[in-house]
Amino acid sequence: MIEAVGLTKRYGKTLAVDNLSFSVPSGRVTGFLGPNGAGKSTTMRMILGLDTPTGGTALIDGKRYRDLQQPLRTVGALLDAKWVHPNRSARAHLQWLARSNRLPAKRVDEVLEIVGLTSVAGKRAGGFSLGMSQRLGIAAALLGDPQVLLFDEPVNGLDPEGILWIRKFMHRLAEEGRTVFVSSHLLSEMALTAQELVVIGRGKLISQSSTEDFVTQATENTVRVRSPQLAPLRSALGKLGVSIRDEGEALVVSGMDCADIGELAAREGVVLHELSPQRGSLEEAFMQLTGDSVEYHTEIAEPGVPATLTTAGK
Amino acid sequence: MTLLAVERMKLFSTRSPWWCSLIALALTVGFGALMAGTANTETPLTVAATQFGYTFGLVVIMVMAALAITTEYRFGTIRATFLAVPNRGKALLAKTAVVAILAGVLGELAAFGSWGIGKLIKPASDLALNTPYEWRAVAGVGLVYAVAAVIAVAVGVLVRHSAGAIALLLVYVQLVENLVSLIPRIGNDIHRWMPFTMSAKFITGDPDVTLRNINEGPPLADAGLSPWPALLYFAGFAVVMMVIALAVANRRDA
Repeated sequence: MIEAVGLTKRYGKTLAVDNLSFSVPSGRVTGFLGPNGAGKSTTMRMILGLDTPTGGTALIDGKRYRDLQQPLRTVGALLDAKWVHPNRSARAHLQWLARSNRLPAKRVDEVLEIVGLTSVAGKRAGGFSLGMSQRLGIAAALLGDPQVLLFDEPVNGLDPEGILWIRKFMHRLAEEGRTVFVSSHLLSEMALTAQELVVIGRGKLISQSSTEDFVTQATENTVRVRSPQLAPLRSALGKLGVSIRDEGEALVVSGMDCADIGELAAREGVVLHELSPQRGSLEEAFMQLTGDSVEYHTEIAEPGVPATLTTAGK
Repeated sequence: MTLLAVERMKLFSTRSPWWCSLIALALTVGFGALMAGTANTETPLTVAATQFGYTFGLVVIMVMAALAITTEYRFGTIRATFLAVPNRGKALLAKTAVVAILAGVLGELAAFGSWGIGKLIKPASDLALNTPYEWRAVAGVGLVYAVAAVIAVAVGVLVRHSAGAIALLLVYVQLVENLVSLIPRIGNDIHRWMPFTMSAKFITGDPDVTLRNINEGPPLADAGLSPWPALLYFAGFAVVMMVIALAVANRRDA
């Protein structure tokens, strides 16, 4: 269980994290979602005691990170897979970490096995691909068999196979009852990985809910109706006070489901060529909620479609 | 003890400490051999003369010590360290201790290596360690290296960038302390109280300058204290630097 209470971080005049409060339950994968520059990494670093908050606190099982004895046994974190000395072997990297929290040396071989790096354990970490580095970072996070795990953009730059592996891995960790907190700027990825979502924009909390609720709330459910007799249909619908949008030879109706529209058409004797429910995309939902809070818009971007969202970055 | 073991593992699982150690030993012992080889009846080989190369070794040791911490910042492993050991003071002190011990051991190896190679090349020369001055000139090198390593680590923590920290240390040791004496009137008085002048004083001691040939050892120090207080002064400077470095590291975002 991770709890942030009024977390605030100010760099000079910029408020990177603004009075952020949320909680991350155990036994679930909780996504930490926001556009680039929203303050996700800063928040994670404050939770882990690397950065000192300007205000507020972050508690892990009721304690501040800096007050934890042998913290690797309580919390495992992967903030940046490149935080490894390039000339040190993967095994040597894990060995000193294990020693620092008095973990048995055999645990190193266990976690290497779990992430599938046993065969390259003696190789220097500098020669690892990004995917292998991520696995090494996850191995380090798992060393102390912690109940709380934090991952910052773990799928960034990975190939589809790597992404799938990490996604399944997170689910497994949560099923074991652990607290899994994973940040991403990609809603589509989070929709598949996370059961809970903490969404932030410009350092402020936008919402905390289950992923399902977030998507339902955020996406507008509409019905697309195509008919050669649009005019009578439009006037009939108009009387019911639902909102209608014209799309060439089709109408997009919101506030009424397919069944009701179909029955209405039958009563009015209108022929229908199409009657299909439309589900707003996750990306649209995300934009809608965070649209105002994206920090860096590009000049050529269409309104509400910030190009920065598609690029990875930390 | 755990943290000392951790820092030892970290230090020796990378390559630069090994290289720096080798270079430091090769430089100092090589210089010892050079001094022994060029000694003749006019300028006989003395104990002090075998230690001519200690200042070169000192520079390499300080580079090694600074790199031990700046590479941690460079590669982000300092954050991994602080995640594993949130008490930053303890983590950094453990690193400092390990680096200082290594520097001390290397200092003794370098000093006795230089002395031994002199004995080997010129067996006839009088290299017996009889006086406290001669003992300090040889065995004292390890102490000076250890304290210098602490200073270098502290500067590394403060500056964080390898190039910046090393440049600062080299410029200070090689230039600033010597150029200070060029300041009119007060320059010489300041120079007498600078930390590395003090460390040199500990090594070169208080021989009668008029009786000493320039070739007989490292340049003499014109310091404001006698040898042992001079070493304490040098160590005190290292402690102050370390305290500042720890305070900054504790406050700063990692």
